[in-house]
Amino acid sequence: MTKAVGLLVALFALWLALSGYFKPFLLSLGVLSCLFTVYLASRMKLLDDEAVPLQLRLSLPLYWSWLGGEIFKSAVAVSKVILSRDMQLNQQLIAVPSPLKTDMGHVIFANSITLTPGTVTVEAVPGKFLVHALTEEASAAEGFQEIARRVAAVETR
Amino acid sequence: MVMFLAITAALFVAVLLVLVRLFVGPTLYDRVLAVNTFGTLTVLILSSLGFVTERPDFLDIAMLYALINFVSTIAILKFFRYRTFGRTTASQEEA
Amino acid sequence: MMDQALLDLALDIASAITFTVGGAFVLIGAFGLVRLPDVWSRIHAAGVIDTVGAELILLGMMFQTGLTQTTLKLALIGLFLFVTGPTATHAVANASFVAGLRPVRLRRNETADVLGEQPRKEMQP
Repeated sequence: MTKAVGLLVALFALWLALSGYFKPFLLSLGVLSCLFTVYLASRMKLLDDEAVPLQLRLSLPLYWSWLGGEIFKSAVAVSKVILSRDMQLNQQLIAVPSPLKTDMGHVIFANSITLTPGTVTVEAVPGKFLVHALTEEASAAEGFQEIARRVAAVETR
Repeated sequence: MVMFLAITAALFVAVLLVLVRLFVGPTLYDRVLAVNTFGTLTVLILSSLGFVTERPDFLDIAMLYALINFVSTIAILKFFRYRTFGRTTASQEEA
Repeated sequence: MMDQALLDLALDIASAITFTVGGAFVLIGAFGLVRLPDVWSRIHAAGVIDTVGAELILLGMMFQTGLTQTTLKLALIGLFLFVTGPTATHAVANASFVAGLRPVRLRRNETADVLGEQPRKEMQP
């Protein structure tokens, strides 16, 4: 039930952001279509932690801004590799253990690794990721542990 | 205004470089990667052209393009992996 | 009204900085897409465009619009690229991995640690 209300609020906020009209007729059409979508989603049994991630902590935007800083730093590192005269490529496929508890935590961790330029998650098996790293610095285990620690702080309330 | 024209020009140069990779190849995955990047750059060009022509409606088109670009990338990769659009990956694993 | 003019000037400068940095990252990424030797390293060049370049340019546009619906739409585009970008990148990397492509000059390979010793199941239609 909480999830249905959460999805309804999110859908209606999206409607308002995209339409920008506040006439009663259009607003009621928006409410009706959002209600219909929530009904369809509940019929398809989609109202779970995956579709409506209300279990995540509200500090998620803080995590995103920290991740933004990390992304910027590693983007500078990758740019240096691209622009250097002799590209110092040390391509590696490394195993990264994922200590997180929930599926959503694994997804956020793997996507964070992929978002950071210089590392890409290639394959995922339970509890482990195969990560492709462009350089030696990008493959440092401490960097991955730092990300995992911060994801663990936001994955459950 | 000058700023938006400058960023649009820079994005066009980037698109030309991406098109070089799209034509040179050599593997399918290089091309899919180039198409995906091309789509991201198109979204940015559409948004900045909306500012240049002062028609913010372009942003809706840019958003739609971002959605279609993501779906098409996944669809191309799925097709070349399973050679079909129809069956789900789960039923493929069981077969 | 002096304050308003100052604010506009500050926002223009902020936009100019983010556009310059974002545009530079986009151009470097596109250059890397042409220059790097194989698909695995090119994925990282595309990652530079998809994350830093795109988000910074969208941020610079947001400085120019103030608090309007347009800003909200730009933020939505940014959020969407932020969420789907890594998924598409992972899909390309995973597809080329399954197809059997391996990076050139591979220094360290711990594939066996993750996938085990057994050969991967063939993906035939």
